[in-house]
Amino acid sequence: MSGMSSDEPSKGTPAPGEEHPRHRAELEPTTGNGGPGVVAGRSRRGMFGVQDTGDTTGFGGLRLPAYTPPPSERPYGGWFDEVADQLADALTEHGVPHEAVQQVTIDRGEITFYLRREHLVETCRILRDDPALRFELCSSVSGVDYGPEVPQRLHSVYQLTSMTYRRRIRLEVCVDVDDPHIPSVVEVYPTADWHEREAWDMFGIVYDGHPALTRILMPDDWDGHPQRRDYPLGGVPVEYKGAEIPPPDQRRAYS
Amino acid sequence: MSTDTDFHHHEMGDPYASARETTEGRVYTVTGGDWDTILDDVTHDERIVINLGPQHPSTHGVLRIVLELEGETVTQARAVIGYLHTGIEKNCEYRNWTQGVTFVTRADYLAPLHNEAAYCMAVEKLLGIEVPRRAQVIRVLLMELNRVSSHLVALATGGMELGALTAMTSGFREREEVLHLLEFLTGLRMNHAFIRPGGLAQDLPEGYGQKIRDFLKVMDHRLPDYDKLLTGQTIWKKRLRGVGYLPLDGCLQLGVTGPVLRSAGLPWDLRKVEPYCGYEEYEFDVPTSTDADCYARYLLRVAEIHQSLRIVRQCLDKLEPGPVMVADKKIAWPAQLTIGPDGMGNSLEHVRRIMGQSMEALIHHFKLVTEGFDVPPGQVYVPVESPRGELGYHLVSDGGTRPLRVHAREPSFVNLQAMPAMCEGGLVADVIASVASLDPVMGGVDR
Repeated sequence: MSGMSSDEPSKGTPAPGEEHPRHRAELEPTTGNGGPGVVAGRSRRGMFGVQDTGDTTGFGGLRLPAYTPPPSERPYGGWFDEVADQLADALTEHGVPHEAVQQVTIDRGEITFYLRREHLVETCRILRDDPALRFELCSSVSGVDYGPEVPQRLHSVYQLTSMTYRRRIRLEVCVDVDDPHIPSVVEVYPTADWHEREAWDMFGIVYDGHPALTRILMPDDWDGHPQRRDYPLGGVPVEYKGAEIPPPDQRRAYS
Repeated sequence: MSTDTDFHHHEMGDPYASARETTEGRVYTVTGGDWDTILDDVTHDERIVINLGPQHPSTHGVLRIVLELEGETVTQARAVIGYLHTGIEKNCEYRNWTQGVTFVTRADYLAPLHNEAAYCMAVEKLLGIEVPRRAQVIRVLLMELNRVSSHLVALATGGMELGALTAMTSGFREREEVLHLLEFLTGLRMNHAFIRPGGLAQDLPEGYGQKIRDFLKVMDHRLPDYDKLLTGQTIWKKRLRGVGYLPLDGCLQLGVTGPVLRSAGLPWDLRKVEPYCGYEEYEFDVPTSTDADCYARYLLRVAEIHQSLRIVRQCLDKLEPGPVMVADKKIAWPAQLTIGPDGMGNSLEHVRRIMGQSMEALIHHFKLVTEGFDVPPGQVYVPVESPRGELGYHLVSDGGTRPLRVHAREPSFVNLQAMPAMCEGGLVADVIASVASLDPVMGGVDR
């Protein structure tokens, strides 16, 4: 239950209204090891969703930096090292540069390979066909939108399953909203067909090379991509016992 | 030499082999070009495109299928979905983590408890908490009861779509037994919202053991009737045997899981291969077949009902008194529920205590209900074996009290992609049988 209260008190108490210098560096999204890091969340200010003069909470100075999934250090533990080693070897063998893998993160017992989009299809084919990897099943492809203030806000997340070894890994590709192109993996995993159509429909991620990238859940003539963070939820206020209840997206948010 | 009439016949009667007289004799020039007529004879030119659904009793819900037919043979089939899209995933982003349960339970409305369990297990994995043992066992119990009711609907609607109306009435009759039991156990027949992050909404009511045993007795008595009614029935076999064939390589490429995958010979059941909720402690079999047709899928569903009842029996033996919600009061919600005159609600005794005696308890309760709990940032993917296959929840948190993303990997959605592969080249009547054997639930497909 960290969240808002995770600021460590040991770092010294700044004077009211003044931000502590040591916190300053942590305020902005970190960029990792020089390269553009993965940002998976937005930074926050204050509490209870109250801003500016209306803020009587006393928490107005509270700032929480955007979450960046930390790159994991070797050894990863368990079979994670085996898969990572084998993938690295197979990438070399097939002439795919190692920069194809941008970052490896292990969190809550799940391994995520952040990939650059250029080599996604080749990497998937290696993951599927290599006898020591054998990720035969692409369980799911889902889009994630982290919101307008996050760099490379659109993520395409692939859950791969190895039925041979009973392992699961996650691939993630991050793109900008102005250039939302990701190569389609349908030629490697035909099951990704509808998943990618859904991610196009809901998030506007363009999967290049998809056999028929059309809307799947929304009507064909729909404008916009409904599951983007900046697409309104919609709804009407409802009267209940004399009081007016605003629609869900206009209620006070605490997060 | 030929007569004039003959010449005329050759000139006019056969436009593709004209003849002319030369000093060498008559020369024929064969030009061909009659292939169109030949093809017309072969293909009959009966190509029509028909639209099936979305409002049609045989489409298993609001599913629309566009079929291209040559006579009675399906040459192309395409599924059109989205008619039941309700925006559940987006709605979850505007509610706190606990409220999400009430949304996901409405996605695949025939497997509400599997949706609740998968979602809650994902939230618990993000939180890094362990659910008490009694809650785990009750979750297994409820999920297996739900599998029975879902498979019974698959048999009932499948039978109805193929004209076996007695299968429909029997299937729904037995499903009603399950729903009555679930209503007794959770308070609602469907859309229970009974499984919550951290455990369960409340413990099972008094006398649950006897109710479940009575139910098992009824099922033991009635399930053999299905073998009498359908398994050996000639029409049923003729409609299903060798129909909707989808071999293992097709299943893997198309990501098909559940009974359809097991009918192709792979014993892939997440309860066995990646046990969760303590499934490794239960004794049960994973029925498989290698026929890969609709009949095999029917047999597997009946066999799975028997296996689920076997697990339910073991749950009864494993249930020991204990808490059904985590001890952490910052997560455990609802705190106290009782049945009031207008149904389930906050316990008046609890409200009286926090209103009258403890200011801090009131603040705590208010914050937990209005604000919810926040979940450390990160993402997880948690799959469970739903009646239709791998049901996975991909949850993303950015540290807030609301999910940043809720994505359901719905087995109905993925399996429905296999419909063309099962139908094309077959007869139009077999499309209905194939779709019924996939058992897609449109609430899950469209979410």
